Amino acid sequence: MNVAVHLSYWITILIAISGLYILIARGNLVKKLVGLAIFQTSVYLLYIAPGKLIGGTAPIVADKFAVYSNPLPHVLILTAIVVGVATLALGLALVVRIKEAYGSIEEDEILEQDQSALGPPPEKKK
Amino acid sequence: MKDYLVLRVIAKLMIAFMVVFALYVQFHGDFGPGGGFQAGVITAAAIVFYAIIFGLPAARKVVPDRLAETMVAAGVLLYAGVGFAGLVLGGNYLDYFVLGADPVDGQHRGIFWIELGVLISVAGVMLKTFYMFAGRDDGGGK
Amino acid sequence: MIAVVTIVIARQRNLFAVVILFGIYSFLMATVLVALDAVDVAMTEAAVGAGISTILFLSALHLGKGIEMKPLHKPFLPLVVALATGAVLAYGTLGLPAFSDPEAPIHQHVAKRYIEDGARETGVPNIVTAVLASYRGYDTLGEVTVVFTAGIGVIALLRRLRSREKGRKP
Repeated sequence: MNVAVHLSYWITILIAISGLYILIARGNLVKKLVGLAIFQTSVYLLYIAPGKLIGGTAPIVADKFAVYSNPLPHVLILTAIVVGVATLALGLALVVRIKEAYGSIEEDEILEQDQSALGPPPEKKK
Repeated sequence: MKDYLVLRVIAKLMIAFMVVFALYVQFHGDFGPGGGFQAGVITAAAIVFYAIIFGLPAARKVVPDRLAETMVAAGVLLYAGVGFAGLVLGGNYLDYFVLGADPVDGQHRGIFWIELGVLISVAGVMLKTFYMFAGRDDGGGK
Repeated sequence: MIAVVTIVIARQRNLFAVVILFGIYSFLMATVLVALDAVDVAMTEAAVGAGISTILFLSALHLGKGIEMKPLHKPFLPLVVALATGAVLAYGTLGLPAFSDPEAPIHQHVAKRYIEDGARETGVPNIVTAVLASYRGYDTLGEVTVVFTAGIGVIALLRRLRSREKGRKP
């Protein structure tokens, strides 16, 4: 089986799992958002890599070229990039508000403050 | 930062270039890479650059908060308005073929106006977000 | 190179460095996208990822501490989860068509029609703009609405403090 043929997918998966790892393993909220952004860019790669034709060119019609790379994924990913930055802006606004409410952007400290504010958990009735 | 002469001179050169480049990307989007989104983001970045070098109050004088908020909504309204123009002139919603005498001409007009709407909306949102983050004075912030 | 930058982002604890590294990562990604013939997408990714995202991150960081805390527990379970997900995905990609295969299903059906008729029907040589603004204009309307909603959301979230500063709300 030819390994090199699927190489682009494996690079995409590599970037995706590092983004996923940063997202779940790190406690700092801003770093989580960076991990999320990295995961999003790996998804862009996932869609655009299959659209490329070796020997083709960018999908702008000109007389000199006959083969074009597929423009359909480009359209989808253009929308996805803009939606991604909109999500990032909202996420950062939330982080700023959390910082003001709790005084910290570390997940552990925030959980501690929440749990000490709620008091000890109620006794389980059997 | 406006006390540093080098930064001020470079900023004045670059901001003018950035705004012109944003307009170029916007209008040349039909023939090369580009279009509304890229142009909107570059415009917002140019004004943010101005705010970083010359201070937030100076930037607020050039592009006041009200203008940024209006831009956010005006872009979407313009886009939807083009759609309604298609309805009024007898075609479907967002139909460009009826906007001009010749269908291809109508396409050009429709695409021009909606890309403008996209530019206004994206630039407004990015700029307003920057204003809200940067204008928030936290007392103990760095 | 992208893998190196990603790993450094994961381990780096100074948050300003993380933001700058993310800008570098975005530029590298934009270069890769140009190599894949996606020029529109590369321009958007460079402008948005390396420009606006960096600005937003720096503005948000400006309002807080710049150093990440040391993690309390060893991240063993997340590492296992991430690697397991990667392994399952890699197994799934074995069934996908090969890289740059002209017979792949993605190139049939609609894409052919856009490439062949797009410039003629809309009068716009850039097929991506033609599809985005004309053939799929409705979707772009939805996208502008999403951007608008994000703007409204940011305004709603961050508005209170300013009126409190003016002394109107207690």
